[in-house]
Amino acid sequence: GFQQSQMAQWNRSGYFRSSGSRDVNPDLEAERQTASFSVERLTAILDGEAVIHSEPGFSRENQYFQSQNERYEAAVRRSVYLKEKMHQMGWTEDGPEIKYCYRALGGDLAFNVHRVFKNSILALGTDEQIAKWIPLADKYHIIGTYAQTELGHGTFLRGLETTAIFDISTQEFTLNTPKISAMKWWPGDLGRSATHAVVFAQLYIKGKCYGLHAFILQIRSLHDHSPAPGVIVGDIGPKMNFEHIDNGYLMLQNINIPRENMLSRFSQVLPDGTYVKRGSDKINYLTMIVTRVHMLWTEVIPMLLKACTIATRYSVVRRQSKLNPGDPEAKILDYQTQQQKLLPLLATAYAFHFMNAYVNEFYNKGYTEIKQENFDSLPELHALTAGIKAIITEHCTAGAEVCLRACGGHGYSALSGLPLLYTKLAASCTYEGENTVLFLQTARFLVKCLAAVHSGQPIPPSAAYLSSVDSGKCQARTKMDFLKPDIYAEAYRHRATRLLGNAATKLQGLVQSGAEQHEAWNQCTVQLVQAAKAHCHYIVVKNFIDTVEKLRNEAEIQKIVKHLCDLFALHGIFSNMGDFLHAGYISGDQMDMVTASYLDLLAVIRNDAVPLVDAFDFTDESLNSALGSYDGHVYQRLYEWAQKSPTNKQVSQAYARYLKPLFQSALSKL
Amino acid sequence: MNKDLRRERDSASFNPELLTHLLDGGAERTRRRREIEALVLNDPDFQHEDLNFLSRSQRYEEAIRKSARMVVKLREYGIADPDEIYWFKRTCLGSFVEPLGLHFSMFTNTLQNQCTVAQQDKWLPLTYGLQIIGTYAQTEMGHGTHLRGLETTATYDPATQEFILNSPTVTSIKWWPGGLGKTSNHAIVLAQLYTQGQCKGLHAFIVPIRQRGTHEPLPGITVGDIGPKFGYDEMDNGYLKMDNFRIPRENMLMKYAKVEPDGTYVKPVSDKLTYGTMVFIRSHIVGDSARSLSRACTIAIRYSSVRHQSELKPGDPEPQILDYQTQQYKLFPLLATAYAFHFVGAYMKTTYHRITGDINQGDLSELPELHALSAGLKAFTSWTANAGIEECRMACGGHGYSRCSGLPDIYVTFTPSCTYEGENTVMMLQTARFLIKSYTQVSSGKLVSGMVAYLNDLSGQHIQPQQVAARPTTVHINDPASLVEAYKLRASRFVEVAAKNLQAELNRRKSQEDAWNRTSVDLVRASEAHCHYVVVKLFTTQLSEINDAAVHAVMNNLCLLYALYGISKHTGDFLQAGILTDAQVTQVYQRVKELLAAIRPNAVALVDAFDFHDNHLGSVLGRYDGNIYENMFAWAKKSPLNKTEVHEAFHKHLKPMQAKL
Repeated sequence: GFQQSQMAQWNRSGYFRSSGSRDVNPDLEAERQTASFSVERLTAILDGEAVIHSEPGFSRENQYFQSQNERYEAAVRRSVYLKEKMHQMGWTEDGPEIKYCYRALGGDLAFNVHRVFKNSILALGTDEQIAKWIPLADKYHIIGTYAQTELGHGTFLRGLETTAIFDISTQEFTLNTPKISAMKWWPGDLGRSATHAVVFAQLYIKGKCYGLHAFILQIRSLHDHSPAPGVIVGDIGPKMNFEHIDNGYLMLQNINIPRENMLSRFSQVLPDGTYVKRGSDKINYLTMIVTRVHMLWTEVIPMLLKACTIATRYSVVRRQSKLNPGDPEAKILDYQTQQQKLLPLLATAYAFHFMNAYVNEFYNKGYTEIKQENFDSLPELHALTAGIKAIITEHCTAGAEVCLRACGGHGYSALSGLPLLYTKLAASCTYEGENTVLFLQTARFLVKCLAAVHSGQPIPPSAAYLSSVDSGKCQARTKMDFLKPDIYAEAYRHRATRLLGNAATKLQGLVQSGAEQHEAWNQCTVQLVQAAKAHCHYIVVKNFIDTVEKLRNEAEIQKIVKHLCDLFALHGIFSNMGDFLHAGYISGDQMDMVTASYLDLLAVIRNDAVPLVDAFDFTDESLNSALGSYDGHVYQRLYEWAQKSPTNKQVSQAYARYLKPLFQSALSKL
Repeated sequence: MNKDLRRERDSASFNPELLTHLLDGGAERTRRRREIEALVLNDPDFQHEDLNFLSRSQRYEEAIRKSARMVVKLREYGIADPDEIYWFKRTCLGSFVEPLGLHFSMFTNTLQNQCTVAQQDKWLPLTYGLQIIGTYAQTEMGHGTHLRGLETTATYDPATQEFILNSPTVTSIKWWPGGLGKTSNHAIVLAQLYTQGQCKGLHAFIVPIRQRGTHEPLPGITVGDIGPKFGYDEMDNGYLKMDNFRIPRENMLMKYAKVEPDGTYVKPVSDKLTYGTMVFIRSHIVGDSARSLSRACTIAIRYSSVRHQSELKPGDPEPQILDYQTQQYKLFPLLATAYAFHFVGAYMKTTYHRITGDINQGDLSELPELHALSAGLKAFTSWTANAGIEECRMACGGHGYSRCSGLPDIYVTFTPSCTYEGENTVMMLQTARFLIKSYTQVSSGKLVSGMVAYLNDLSGQHIQPQQVAARPTTVHINDPASLVEAYKLRASRFVEVAAKNLQAELNRRKSQEDAWNRTSVDLVRASEAHCHYVVVKLFTTQLSEINDAAVHAVMNNLCLLYALYGISKHTGDFLQAGILTDAQVTQVYQRVKELLAAIRPNAVALVDAFDFHDNHLGSVLGRYDGNIYENMFAWAKKSPLNKTEVHEAFHKHLKPMQAKL
């Protein structure tokens, strides 16, 4: 174990200062004194006004040392505590407080799918169904999950194999898992917690299939929590992360449920077996869109912000090698290569944070219309959220991984917090829509928009740029010109238009030369994905520029945010050079200017790097990182935390059982 | 066997067995490898529960058990050849690592290379007999790559003829060495040597850390496990803190430098000799990049031919996901990369052994280039494989995220190779230093040889910025040899640009280090371009050594895909330098997609040829027989959360909550 006396000795000799105070590592302190702007002010702009004070009930201290069972139990405990707290305080599920709670708690909670369960009833249920189930769910008398994905089918909903057969004589549906690939697989909270599930199944009446419908099903006893007869349910086993969540499997063997348990707002089965369809079920898409918008601000963007905070703070505390002979070892953030890894990510974090505000605004506007059964904006909303979800999750995941590696060996320690952030993000690339599939959905929308441009039809606002006139060549003459938002916005616009145009032309060419539509589409998908990415990239750059504009009353802040915007844009051009050089929009000489301006910006932003991550305003508890704490006492914390590892506490039998006999048996062989 | 996989195998245009022989280095070696693998696979002693279901302490114990069995069995079978030991162990370990790993590699090698004869006589028998288990303690909490910055001290006391070892600061605590936390009873400790009041720099010492017999830490030694990591759960990476810990003078490794009994320091003759071990380990990482990526490709490609999803043609049954162009685009370039790196690994190994022969005869002339090349290729291949394994995992959708896919384990075990044995960016900059040196040499009129010989083509005296760009465009995109030339032009351009920018910075300021730092983004690009060229060149060279026409045809396609895909990902470089025209770049994009279609029918056979046994693959998704769904279910049922039908969290938390709300 750790030796207290040793610790005291180090303290006395000043090797490090005690934790808990705001006594900050001098290297970090120095970074904060040279900030070019007010961190408080920027934080306020970023929105983090109130932060929940951490309470012992929410403690995550031992998270890194827990087994799957322990993490699950801790998440349930925390969630229960949170529900009670909310109940006490009178906070509502969609109030602002809950947003801060999620942020402070880092998302390590159970019952996330319970929300999806309720939303799906609210969207797909009749008024009577809502009145029956929602109060029970609100009070947690039942805990729900949303069982859609199967072992053999995810993205392609029509391929799902679970069946629900209507029996007129009993007025019941019989649900079945006809084969192993039809088993429900992955739904969160299903494995151990949920008592009820919204199950998606193919509806059969009198031998005819009517497609996918949603059914409410009780899967566990409300008395002793044991699985209902005919239900085989369990946990799907260890994953890369989300060990606190009991993602589950569910197999149904002749489960009978009453006719009223089919969610019937849009389609109903009458007692005589007549199938009735009502209104449009397009609203179904809304559940998907809500989930995507929600996940970006709860599960995705904050993770990149945290990863940047940890890596940046560590990079000014960590010293390695020398930049000038005779000087002390340099902070690693002073190396150009380290700046190149971290600072563009910092700019990306800001870009996505602002993008999130844009998506929310866009979504709120569309939501109101759609609720009134005006579906005009639905295709655009769907395409936009699909593409933005894909680009943001892709870049956040890659970014967290860069942060992890940029912290060298210590980044690999679980105690850095980075492996946890990375593995959470990595899942976001596939859940709520696999990214390649999502990019292709955006591409399909864009191809239609382009056709509308050609036939003079109206274009949805987010794609309106497709109809503007091509400006020919980039107008920049000096490297300073590339710090003009008009110049780089136009470059991104040109790239997006060109890549989409090429893909659409190719597609059309293949169809005209006799290829079947689906085959032609498949042959163009690599190009179409690139076009969709370029479109999303343009939207993010454009929104960043607009955000900078709006900060005109905040001179200091505007200046630094403008630098970030420039860096984000120029780094994107630098990293995708070929796209801009190809077809000659940007010349080779201009590309050298881009590179020069980009490298200059690294040095400019270097100065404000720490204040820029401080402005994200994460508490140490929420970062839960030995490398990224506000006070920068990295090494002390690593050492203290390592002492707590169970591998150091429990007496290992390995020596007595295996090492000792090994020594002896080896001895006898000598 | 799953019918999709059977069909894929039946339709292959070549015999994968021949390719396996090529990868192994001959049919006889394939036979022997399988023979050794069978020894492990048929041994009930090596069967165990999936480590993913165990706690860290349990995993550690299981790993120690296995290591102990391996030592005994290897001796029983009389397996002593390094390759054969490696085959045996990797079949045992799968994606995991053994806490005794450093004992067999760094600890033993260092004793062999840096001990005097007398020291060898004393320590080696104990080491071979495992009476002592050792590790190699170099990295400290505050210092890794920059060795001169290490803070541990070894102060010589002539009165007792002992060294006094100390960890003077928190940052000086040894941190990370594998097997240090719980397993080892000795460590080779790297420390700053102080004698007669002077610091003589870093030297190696043998330090006992645990009592023989009881295995308790010795007085003055604080040792333990550094806690959980991204991966390496079964490894006790450790910390070590020493307080006035005394060891006899003879415990300093004195083959090169010496401290006399009176404290007089005797300098070593040459320090280049220690390069050898580093080169060897880095070459090994290159091979490991190839193998790890190959395993990930095997899993993803087999799964993609078993998994059916969505529809390509309305009304048709759901197609195999491997039929989607986007899926092929994710996986086939990685498959080509795995083959490319395999050949690079083999080249590095051969070259290392050849040059080691030269070194033993006193010829050190090729060492600097090999040292530089091994650094860059270690970084280039490990970065690429690291990203590639993750792409494979994501290409398996949600199921790739489950531990049953085996891909998370491959990834977390592999990814530290980007930072250990030299952080990759630092490695790239070492290669760059060699490239700049060679460039300067050419500029001053001297020719250079080896892999950098292309720099001789830059006319020495007056190198113009447009020199390379002005070359006539003669690249034939269907000819691997011509593509090698294109990569060569790109590399020479980047070396030239970096050298010029460095010179410009030097003209502006005094400090060489500062100028170097301000050019380092360019320098890393130059190194990457150089390494990329070397890989394309070695892959192309390999083609001429394939006799079987069918194998040659399929490898030619893979080689083309590797080279063209690389161009398509770096079109900016080729366009800006005028190596390719806009029209050619468009052709490259098109040709890449044609190659995807050409490789598609052979994809499964190409991963079968890697010849990984299911046990070694450790993946439900990548099973040879393709029966994935029933086996996923069987695997999940063993999950720790499923040990009881009703989890205790229900009684403790859920039930009380429902009562309260």
